[in-house]
Amino acid sequence: MGRGRERESESPRNSRSLCSAPMDFQVVVLAGGASKKLIPLISKEVPKALLPVANRPVLSYVLELLEQSNLKDLIVVVEGQDAAVRVGGWISGAYVDRLHVEVAAVPEDVGTAGALRAIARHLTAKDIMVVNGDLVSDVPPGAVAAAHRRHDAAVTAMLCSAPVSGPSESGSSSGKDKTKKPGRYNIIGLDPTKQFLLYIATGAELEKDIRIQKSILRAVGQMEIRADLMDAHLYAFKRSVLQEVLDQKDTFQSLKQDVLPYLVRSQLKSEVLLNGAPQAEENGNEKVNFQKNQVMVSRILANASTPSFHEFSGLGTNDSAPRTHKCCVYIASNRKYCARLNSIQAFSDINRDVTGEASHLSGYSFSAQNNIIHPSAELGLKTTVGPHCMLGEGSQMGDKCSVKRSVIGRHCRIGSNVKVANSVIMNHVTIADGCSIQGSVICSNVQLQERVVLKDCQVGAGFVVSAGSECKGEALAKKEK
Amino acid sequence: MEPRRSPRTVIDPKVRQVGFFAPGAPPERSVSVPPAPIVSSSSSSPPVSDLSPSGNSLSPVMIPPPRHSSADNALLPSPSPSRPVPASPLRRDSLTTAAGRSYSKPSDFFPAMSLTASSSYAGRMVGNAEFSADLRGNTVKVVPTASSFPSGGFDLTAVKASSVPATGLTTVSVVKMMPPGITVYDPEIIVEKVGGSVEVQNDRPERSKPLKEKTSKAERRALQEAQRAAKAEGSKVPASSGAVMGANAKPIKATKPHSQKNDSATVAGSEKRGGDRLSEKDRKKDAPHPRMQYDDKIRVEKAKRRAVVKQTEAKNRVELFRHLPQYEHGTQLPDLESKFFQLDPVHPAVYKVGLQYLSGSISGGNARCIAMLEAFREAIKDYSTPSEKTLSRDLTAKISSYVSFLIECRPLSISMGNAIRFLKSCIAKVPLTLSESEAKASLQSDVEHFINEKIILADNVIVNHAVTKIRDGDVLLTYGSSSAVEMILLHAHELGKQFRVVVVDSRPKLEGKLLLRRLVGKGLSCTYTNINAISYIMREVTQVFLGASSVLSNGTVYSRVGTACVAMVAHEFRVPVLVCCEAYKFHERVQLDSICSNELGDPDVISEVPGRDDINYLDGLTNSENLQLLNLIYDVTPSDYVSMIVTDYGMVPPTSVPVIVREYRREHVWV
Repeated sequence: MGRGRERESESPRNSRSLCSAPMDFQVVVLAGGASKKLIPLISKEVPKALLPVANRPVLSYVLELLEQSNLKDLIVVVEGQDAAVRVGGWISGAYVDRLHVEVAAVPEDVGTAGALRAIARHLTAKDIMVVNGDLVSDVPPGAVAAAHRRHDAAVTAMLCSAPVSGPSESGSSSGKDKTKKPGRYNIIGLDPTKQFLLYIATGAELEKDIRIQKSILRAVGQMEIRADLMDAHLYAFKRSVLQEVLDQKDTFQSLKQDVLPYLVRSQLKSEVLLNGAPQAEENGNEKVNFQKNQVMVSRILANASTPSFHEFSGLGTNDSAPRTHKCCVYIASNRKYCARLNSIQAFSDINRDVTGEASHLSGYSFSAQNNIIHPSAELGLKTTVGPHCMLGEGSQMGDKCSVKRSVIGRHCRIGSNVKVANSVIMNHVTIADGCSIQGSVICSNVQLQERVVLKDCQVGAGFVVSAGSECKGEALAKKEK
Repeated sequence: MEPRRSPRTVIDPKVRQVGFFAPGAPPERSVSVPPAPIVSSSSSSPPVSDLSPSGNSLSPVMIPPPRHSSADNALLPSPSPSRPVPASPLRRDSLTTAAGRSYSKPSDFFPAMSLTASSSYAGRMVGNAEFSADLRGNTVKVVPTASSFPSGGFDLTAVKASSVPATGLTTVSVVKMMPPGITVYDPEIIVEKVGGSVEVQNDRPERSKPLKEKTSKAERRALQEAQRAAKAEGSKVPASSGAVMGANAKPIKATKPHSQKNDSATVAGSEKRGGDRLSEKDRKKDAPHPRMQYDDKIRVEKAKRRAVVKQTEAKNRVELFRHLPQYEHGTQLPDLESKFFQLDPVHPAVYKVGLQYLSGSISGGNARCIAMLEAFREAIKDYSTPSEKTLSRDLTAKISSYVSFLIECRPLSISMGNAIRFLKSCIAKVPLTLSESEAKASLQSDVEHFINEKIILADNVIVNHAVTKIRDGDVLLTYGSSSAVEMILLHAHELGKQFRVVVVDSRPKLEGKLLLRRLVGKGLSCTYTNINAISYIMREVTQVFLGASSVLSNGTVYSRVGTACVAMVAHEFRVPVLVCCEAYKFHERVQLDSICSNELGDPDVISEVPGRDDINYLDGLTNSENLQLLNLIYDVTPSDYVSMIVTDYGMVPPTSVPVIVREYRREHVWV
């Protein structure tokens, strides 16, 4: 009876706002800064994050991917003050009311690990998801997070099948196989269930052989080594682990090259504190008892769960098992698109894919001809724009032009008799009559005078290509003042 | 009053009959169950007639006395004045669900109690908005406000109307008193009935089939809670999910008609669905998923729409087991994972546990239960009551939604059902005088206590009991991997007893290997064999120790599939079979075969042997129409083959299980 009365009286309470991070995950987007690999394309005005992919900054693909997953509280880290201002300005314009983004500027050349170090005090959630701003993908980040949680891993990396550029690309591609650098490939060792990461190295840093720790091999029994997977630079870290590693290892510069391999290497003799100190229990008397119970609980749980090799490695030797942590992977299915904009080749590939096979990523609706021509664009007589092309707002084209598998930005003025194939032309580019452009990237405000022939070239912003010049495989850019 | 009494007397004999097979537990249930139908037929029929007139004219509703009578019951006083005016649709939902639940299984006493407050409350609210009918009072009043009445409005008259039953109340309590142990609860029950005017009608149809209900209780309870939560969620948070909305809409629709119609209509209407086929239809609908018959296409569709986890029905299911849920196992996990961030309402810890259930990385009754409770504890820790809500109700709804999520990941085990019931009763019993932080702290410590006392301590006690049965030179056989049995073996070994262990295992999970590994690691001498060899190896065995997922009140042991086989062979060889099972896993359900309630695992794991490509002869056949794969998870061992059950209350014969169930229940209620 008494109970009944108590239950019945109603007293509304003030609700305390729950922690803002969904599922206790915080997201950090590393939008990078200058990248040497992209040198003619990026400039002070256009940091890497704002490079247009299908006429949208590449960063928008990541942000929208996150937004779709309901991750609306983001920290965007940009290298360099200038770039941060630009990126921040763009984000606040494009995502006002949609995302809650905080932009942090870190000094240049601190590396990804340094960037995280710089913002470490803002990280509070249990797990941190770190995404590179140059990722163009439709793999749900939630899947990575879930895999991370399920295994209670220290780190989970997303792997996707490496893009096969060149040969298998459409025949019209001009075959830039030679630009394919081994550095884009990773040597990745997985356990037989393909859930755990046993070894990782980038192709570039490999010499002739790879060294694999015996202890890991012994614990797992069988390792699958693959070179067809690419590290998508989307990681979920346990915050405590990440911060501890960053604190202790001052020299670590890069997540991928230092932190991740370190965690993978040390997974069977973990030096990081996994769960923090066990919470102290208030009741002193029962403390011992309590802890004994806790031990029992954890033992029951451990015995009942399917053990990974981590547990096995400690099983043979009795209680003094070394501490372990798990490094997991999430392998995106082949149907998903996943690419990183980390080279010029990748830039053109991604531009082509986003207007082509991965067109759902672009967010545009394609016309019946399978291309996108902005209504305000003007086409001259007998000008054809083929499928998988994009023509931006306010661009004008003269007569008898042909555009194939190319992206043309806003307010470009293209004369007559111009052929554009497999190229990316950014905004405000002026192309005079009779030019032919193949497999090239032409940045904003470039001027091409009459009868220029470009093949596999990159033209930096504001450059003027004089009439009649023919270039092949060159990078043309203004001298930096 | 009078009518009530008569039904009761009628019931009495019935109760005894029920008690026949399950002497301990059933009485409670049977007592509470039978009254309903009878009441409805004999005593309530007068009220019904009463009802119709009142329904048409505005209200003869208020009678002052009822109010303080209700006060006696402790139900009413605080609520009526203090209660804020909630949006009525909301209330209605909670009412219907709550009512259905609490009444449908009176046998679960403590859950029912926990609900009482909310349900009765809700009932009254509904009364305000639409009508109030009170069976218990033997008078049913309908406030003709009908649908035209603004839904949000709060009406004192209605409250009074519901409280009218005060007189009826006393009678009810009398009815309840018959079983000795139960008297304590009477007030609560009465209160329930008094308060929730609508509920009474609601439950009536359900009771018409009391027998069936009994069997499924725990899971059904959990499910109903889940459903209720889903509905409540739906009404509170419209965004939560489309399916929820659907569920939500139904009750509203239902209430409209009955407010306009009268007597019989009201009764029917409160059912939410047409009155004609109340009994059959209704029962089906109210049944929660675990009990849901999965060969019923319509309802499966509905459940699917509500589901968070993508559930693709497996195609070729064995005929006899079509009523059990079986999904394509491959697709669920990736799908759920990809939705990781979209499922706001699920607490991360709960989500993690759900994923682990789904991926099978946690299995075993104790472990699953502990994992779930720890997750709930986390969730409670991070919980904060939204404004305008009370902790007890909102948290119950929250927990229910978590439970339904977990059910989608994997059907609950009985132990989990019991634990959930315990948690909910704790939540309901949190005194409102406590501040939120205090309440949360007390709930967390409740959960901890449950884990420590009911599981850890119970295991210790079991170990101490069972070890006395192990003598030097024994050959002990165990099947699969039971945490309790493992502890027993290890402890006996620590005590220096000389014995040998035979670990019997079976495909596909081969859990015994892990057990074996741990035992060998501790220096026990073991033999490992598959269940195929059981008849041979049994010759040398002196005792069989088995774990159990649950022990049912007829002494039946519900456990990992294969257990029955082991027990029967042991019986044949006159080898004593000791089943080790913590008492919190006991359940008052009675089950005679492994068919009616079971769980189906992934059929693919039995059709293919991982790592043995050379013997995967079934490749490519798995989609054949003519091939049906059956991967049962549990089976049922009749009590005849069990020599003794080792539990935290001592070593008892299987026939004594009902006693423990009864005693244990009571202890729970009084906690």
